[in-house]
Formats: sequence, C-alpha cells, structure tokens
Amino acid sequence: MLKYQFDWSVVTSGKYFDWLVSGLTVTIQLALVSIALAFFLGLLIAVMRMSQVRPIRWFAHGYLEFFRNTPLLVQIFFWYFGSYKILPTSINNWMNSLNFEFAAAVIALTIYTSAFIAEDIRSGIRSIPKEQMEAAQSSGFSFLRSMQYIILPQAIRLTIPPLINQFLNLTKNSSLAMTIGVMELTYQARQVESYTFRGFEAFTAATLVYVVISLIITGLVTLYSQKVLTPMKGR
Amino acid sequence: METGFDFTVIWTNLTYFFIGRFPHGPLGGIALTLYLAFLACVFSFVGGLVLGLMNLSHQRIVKYISLALVNVIRGMPLLMVIFWMYFLLPALLGRTVNESWTVIMALTLFTSAYMSQIVKAGVESIPRGQTEAAISTGLRPWQAMIYIVLPQGLRNMIPSFVNQFVSLIKDTSLAFIVGVSELTHVATQINNRTIIFPTEIFFFIAVIYFIICYAFTSLSRWLERRLAWKR
Repeated sequence: MLKYQFDWSVVTSGKYFDWLVSGLTVTIQLALVSIALAFFLGLLIAVMRMSQVRPIRWFAHGYLEFFRNTPLLVQIFFWYFGSYKILPTSINNWMNSLNFEFAAAVIALTIYTSAFIAEDIRSGIRSIPKEQMEAAQSSGFSFLRSMQYIILPQAIRLTIPPLINQFLNLTKNSSLAMTIGVMELTYQARQVESYTFRGFEAFTAATLVYVVISLIITGLVTLYSQKVLTPMKGR
Repeated sequence: METGFDFTVIWTNLTYFFIGRFPHGPLGGIALTLYLAFLACVFSFVGGLVLGLMNLSHQRIVKYISLALVNVIRGMPLLMVIFWMYFLLPALLGRTVNESWTVIMALTLFTSAYMSQIVKAGVESIPRGQTEAAISTGLRPWQAMIYIVLPQGLRNMIPSFVNQFVSLIKDTSLAFIVGVSELTHVATQINNRTIIFPTEIFFFIAVIYFIICYAFTSLSRWLERRLAWKR
C-alpha cells in the first residue's frame, strides 16, 4: 500500500476530469430541481398539517411519518422500478421522454426531503404565538390568507437555517441516484476508478467537491444566524 | 397504469425477506439489517463519545484535528464513506475485509461524527458551575467529566441517540451497494428473479422499514416526554 504512486493528473485534466465535471453538473441539476420542488411540497404539507380540517391534518401526518421513516434508497427503487403500476401511463411516457432515471430520482428526493422540510417549517410556524393566527382570523382573514400574509413570512425567516441544512442533505443524498444509473458525481468517480484503477484520486476529488460545497453552505448559514436571527431575538 | 397488484410474491418469499438463507446459509434480510444497525450503533456510540470529548478538549491540536475530521465526514454523502472504506480498509489492513464489516465500519465512522455533536451539545447543556464545583472539591478535570457531567449530559441525550439509531436502520439499506444481503438487497434479488412485481416488493419493504423505524421514533418521543417530566 505504501508503494502506491499518486497520479493526480488523472483527475485534474483530460477525459476523466471531464467526466467528473459532467457528474458535478448532473448533481447540481438534480439537487436544484429537487430542492425547488421539495420546498413547495414541504410548505404545502406543513400548512396541511396545521389545517383546521381533521382529515387533511391526518393525511399530512401520515405522509410525514411514512416518508421520514423509510430509507431513501427504497423510495428511489420504488419509483424507478415500480412507478408503472402507480402512475398513469401518460406520466410514465412523459418521464421516459425526458430521462427516466433522472425523473425517478427527482420524485424520490423531492418526496423524501419534503417530509423533513415540512417538519422544519411546522416548528417554525409553531414558534409564532398562536394569538397572531387568532387575531388575523378575527380581523377577517381566512385560514389560508392568515398563513400567507401573517404567519408564514415570519416563520420562514426562522426556518431558513434548518431549511438550508435540508437542502444540503438533499444534495448529499442525491449520490444515491447512482444506484439507478443517474450519472452524477459519485457515479462518475466510480467510473473513473474502474477505468483507471485510480480510486484514491477519483474519490478524493469527489469527496473534496462535496466537502467544499457543504462547508460553504454551512458557513453561510452560520453567518445568517449571527447577522440576521440573533439581532431579531434581541429586539 | 397497469392495474392489479399481486402480493403472493411477498407471501412465497416471506422467510427470505426475514432471515435470508439463514439456516442453510448466511444470515440476511431484516435480521441482517437489524444486526448491522445494532453493531454500528454500539460502535458509533463509543466513537461519538470519544470524538465529542475531543471536540471539547482544551488541547488545541486535539480539538482542531477532531473538528476537522467531524466536519469532513459530515460534509460527505454516506455512499462516499462506504466506497472509501471498501477500498481503503483492505489496503490498510493488507487483507480482504468481509463486506458486512466494511459497511459496519463505514456506518460507524459516519454516525460517530453525528453522535459527537449530540455528545457535545449534551455536555454543554450542563451548567459550567458543576464542573467548577467538582474541581474545587478536589476531583481532577477528567474525573469531573466522567463522574459528574457525562452521566447527566448523556441522560438528556438519550432521545437523540434513539433518533440516530433510526437513521442507522435506514442507512443500512446502502449496504446493498457492496452486496451485503440485507433487506434492500434481498428485495432487489427477488425483484430481479420475479421481474413483474417491483411495486409490490418495494412497497412491502418500505412498510417493513416504516414499522421498525416508527416504533423507535415513537420510543424516542416517549423518552423525551418522560425524561423532561422528571427533571
């Protein structure tokens, strides 16, 4: 092992470098699409969870518990292998016309992460005194409008740090998409390893990219908490 | 949409789902999932304790090295950690390592980093006055940590540890990637063999994981309420 000769040129230039870059591009695309969808789905579920109509509340609760307590990998396999019996044929054809692996990964990542996002938004909503909701409703706002104009704008501000954390988790979790053949960063790192036997270099490159992304984002969140949230609490 | 579900595939493979080929071959299925999660949980409790205390150390070098390690691991996807272990362990040990142990080691390293943050928060939740009081009654700093601070801090952290165990159970599904025949791997094998029942098979194992994880999530919530009540 100690006789191993490092050859970093494999991953810093040429064909294999291009593979890693294309992998990073796919990872970012996958993450961005899923983050956008998961945020809105999570918001919807969080509001449903606080609804005053019982069946809606129960449905949201069941959704949360089920998707949070099931491994993401199983959900990815479920949508990839099993969606043809669940989704209408037209949607399946549409997914096929795009890129079926990518679409299945987006569905799984979105649904899995939305459950965590909904929980974070819900605890943000709960930290807003419930008198505000009562006051809003008694001054004539409906439940949804009170949420929209009074509660959510305040709650979201508090929820930004945990939300960004979930986005980061989603980005890391997107590596699981390689199991169904989405050619993202981890997939490409493994490709490079099997073509060149330069596993150490390939995995170091991919690891560095992930770690740098997460350090930058974690740093920004800390900055946000210090500059924006701490002064808000002081008031 | 092709309607019609046929769950007989689950029924005919039920023992395979639960224990793999166990009496005649290696343990697999749900039993192996729980075995991996349990061992990794025990090891990463120890690892998390050590890393957490190193994070709190007054020795600068110890503190910064352990902080760097924790942050790098937390910045990586678990899948990367598994690949690292898969090809580093044999290189370091100079012999082949069985896949189950590769996964247990990867899960341990990964979860230790997260556990260390729980330990850190637990220790920091105990007022500093207690350490000062302990030291002024003649205990050494490490004695104050072990006899006074840790017993109280760890108690507060029990619910978080249970939550980490739930994450571990879910994370064992990644053992599939290196060919360990735990529940997810068993499911893909059955799926490859039968071909036409993927929806039924993956829905079934999702429900199995859900039942196990939900039980522990509920336990953690119950503990949280109970421990908070007595304080």
